[in-house]
Amino acid sequence: MLAYPQILAELCDELAALTQRRVAVGEDTDLLGDLKLDSLQVMNLLLQVEDRFDISIPVSILPDVRTVKDLALQIENLAREG
Amino acid sequence: MGLFDKFDGLAAARRELQALGIDPFGVEIERIVSPTEGIIRGRPTILAGTNNYLGLTFNAECIAAAHRALDAEGTGTTGSRMANGSYASHRRLEEELAAFYGKRDAIVFSTGYQANLGMLAGLTGPNDVVLLDADCHASIYDGCRLAGAEVIRFRHNNAADLDRRMRRLGPRAADALILVEGIYSMLGDRAPLADIVAVKREHGGYLLVDEAHSLGVLGERGRGLVEETGVLADADFIVGTFSKSLGGTGGFCVSDLPALDLARYASRPYIFTASPAPATIASTRAALAILAAGRELRARLRANFERLHAALTAMGYTLGAPPGPVIAVVQGDRSEALQFWNRLLQRGVYVNLMLPPATPDGVSLIRCSVSAAHSPAQIDAVCAAFADLRAAAGVSTAGRGAAA
Repeated sequence: MLAYPQILAELCDELAALTQRRVAVGEDTDLLGDLKLDSLQVMNLLLQVEDRFDISIPVSILPDVRTVKDLALQIENLAREG
Repeated sequence: MGLFDKFDGLAAARRELQALGIDPFGVEIERIVSPTEGIIRGRPTILAGTNNYLGLTFNAECIAAAHRALDAEGTGTTGSRMANGSYASHRRLEEELAAFYGKRDAIVFSTGYQANLGMLAGLTGPNDVVLLDADCHASIYDGCRLAGAEVIRFRHNNAADLDRRMRRLGPRAADALILVEGIYSMLGDRAPLADIVAVKREHGGYLLVDEAHSLGVLGERGRGLVEETGVLADADFIVGTFSKSLGGTGGFCVSDLPALDLARYASRPYIFTASPAPATIASTRAALAILAAGRELRARLRANFERLHAALTAMGYTLGAPPGPVIAVVQGDRSEALQFWNRLLQRGVYVNLMLPPATPDGVSLIRCSVSAAHSPAQIDAVCAAFADLRAAAGVSTAGRGAAA
């Protein structure tokens, strides 16, 4: 079972790679505002995260995701249900 | 935050475009002369960005059929088919589309966009899973949103990636709807349909293929990639548009499944919109008959796109896909693409400018669409404009062959 701290750490790793470590990534980092990701990049991030955690992440969670923490919580939820 | 604050970014982007003297996303064709020629900014321009693949917009039979319907049935239907009734011609076109594909039934929608919107909203809901290719058209994404379906994307043209995602779904995979396109509109590449079908056969689920850009173009009878790949029977739903190879406006879905007819009653984009005008239906029916018998048109289209593709390759341009009716030239950054597009227009060639995030992987594209109606001289002129710009950029095209 995936625990929140592990999800958060791996997510930060993934985002740091995606943004070429230009910005420090933490729990409260805003995906669109701070990292300047566009909607397509965020959807592509989901593809990576799905494979990393071997879970299905519906694109429809995105309207509820603003920060890294929001995404980590969604993943925790999905992993628990899955 | 004010109502219009969100337009600040758009306004800045548009100012940059307008600095060119012409907005690529607001081009006015002052006069349309033929399927492949128009007057833009007072000068004759070759239209190589219209999706008019078979050049049927000026076909005499289609125009005569539209005239007859206009005279006999009037300008519009003034209502939706469900509330205000279908005209006989709506149903005849549905029967003809079903017969063309050898499928049980068809639904006609008022636009191609609405065909995807209507099918997704009609077929799926919040408890259903839709697996879509990451590069699918906006109408497919919007349809999923309207339906409230659970959307899982898979990597573009990657059947192994689809397989992995279906495996994760477990028993839910058997009822999932898989969505791919015959030809993807941005890069012009085709779905690996045989591989996609193999994944579907293993996990179950239903397959919807959007043939918007491949109808009339691929397959012996023009039935698209499903025909060319020999998987017509495996495609549970085939969606297409009237606004490209058929030269009209509207869209459709064909299927063998009885659920298709019931989907009408669940599809808001079908229910709450006016049905296509009689003249549109009449020209589309005439065009469909021409398309089905159009081997010679397809051969001409193929000769045209193969020639343009080979010439651009020889000049050293990076193209998005092997030869097809959509030829996308990959550009550097956004402003380079913008300048390139403008210079083509100045040389009398109109193509499409495609910028991120509408494009995959953040690339900027100069997108050409080739028509069977382009004359050899027009293809030569398009090639000459591209060669001219290559020369202007200081790249020698001599002796590069097809290696690039």
